[in-house]
Amino acid sequence: MSKHHVSTTINGEPVEFLCETQHSLLDALRDELQLTGSKEGCSSGDCGACSVIVDGRLVCSCLMLAVEAEGRQVDTIEGLAHGDRLHPLQQRFLEAAALQCGFCTPGLLVAAKALLDRNPQPTETEARYWLAGNLCRCTGYDKVIRAVLAAATDVQEGARKA
Amino acid sequence: MATITYSAPRSVDEAVHALRGANGAARVLAGGTDLLVQLRSGRAKPEVIVDIKRIPRLIGVRAHGGGHAIGAATPCAVIGEDPDLQKAWPGVVEATRLIGSTQVQGRATLAGNLCNASPAADSVPAMIAAQATCVVAGPGGLREVPVEAIATGPGQTSLSRGEFIVEFHLPRRPPYAADAYLRFIPRTEMDIAVVGAAANVTLDAKGVCREARIVLGAVAPTALLVPEAAAVLIGRRLEDDALSQLDAAVRRACRPISDKRGTIEFRTRVAGVLARRAASIAFQRARDRA
Repeated sequence: MSKHHVSTTINGEPVEFLCETQHSLLDALRDELQLTGSKEGCSSGDCGACSVIVDGRLVCSCLMLAVEAEGRQVDTIEGLAHGDRLHPLQQRFLEAAALQCGFCTPGLLVAAKALLDRNPQPTETEARYWLAGNLCRCTGYDKVIRAVLAAATDVQEGARKA
Repeated sequence: MATITYSAPRSVDEAVHALRGANGAARVLAGGTDLLVQLRSGRAKPEVIVDIKRIPRLIGVRAHGGGHAIGAATPCAVIGEDPDLQKAWPGVVEATRLIGSTQVQGRATLAGNLCNASPAADSVPAMIAAQATCVVAGPGGLREVPVEAIATGPGQTSLSRGEFIVEFHLPRRPPYAADAYLRFIPRTEMDIAVVGAAANVTLDAKGVCREARIVLGAVAPTALLVPEAAAVLIGRRLEDDALSQLDAAVRRACRPISDKRGTIEFRTRVAGVLARRAASIAFQRARDRA
């Protein structure tokens, strides 16, 4: 049988790709579209390293078939920065050293972006629960949470200045 | 790997047709949080996948017959964000919100939680306590059955070939009625229930219990409705001895297994404690509804 031809939108750009039914969205992003920022950690929805935003909802791209992306809006880590200008989350992760090996970082950033989109001023508890599906074996999470809360303030202040 | 056919029908009839016309094993895809893991592990080897998320009736929460209807493919996150549902069925909503991470909430569905038929499914005891029903579509048309009629054992359901769940119905809420769900896990998030307990009560204006449903999770091959536990609450205001009797009735009904998550003795003991606490929360919520 022929492959599925999928038309979707990724980071605001119309994109087309071919896939087989059993291919996950993560497979398509990494292997077909060379968007390798989303990482494959567990392939079972436990680690969050493959997190992307689909139609405004945070999901694991390993738990979604690529063919399901037809007509959807997909936002990945590659769309977070504007050119050379880092998103406040990325800037704060760097400043707070909220990463060591970095493997979980794209997923954490995308998940944190989804949090701030929905809840611009999360409490520490809200941030910790929201990010409970993003596993990091290096940082102990504390720096991650501090970076996310600092970025929330930056985004708010940026919005006030604008 | 053999080729898997995929279709995303736009209506219930088309989906029934796609499932009935399937050559070989067919699987329904809702949120996919179980199916994709099973595909990858080789546990599921379907030749046909029918994605039901593009059927408008299957997505969303709406008023229905004085109560609520929840489309079978509605993500848990959407259910958790519905203020009317939260007000009427706080126990169903809190159980739904316990399923998986934020990412899993964005995809996972009540129908998937039910049809995956894990004895530890969080939403199932709460839905049974709520007297929820499900509308099942199949080659013979639509039929409406209680949620407790679906799971028949671990990983097993009563659905026939070609059948799938279209939507859930939650009944109209009388005044002074509320529900609650609690689960025990060894940490605060992201785990599978060792025990779950749901309570749903209707009080009269004086705070006396008139109707009750107590349902347990992870202490039997399927979620366990315990009428004997509910019976001790009827005519009571949840005095201490009523709670003790509830605890005892729950412990008598449990028939768990011992596994890495907990022993038979531990699960039985915890079930009694959780049922007390869930009933107490449900009573308090019902009183607050005055």
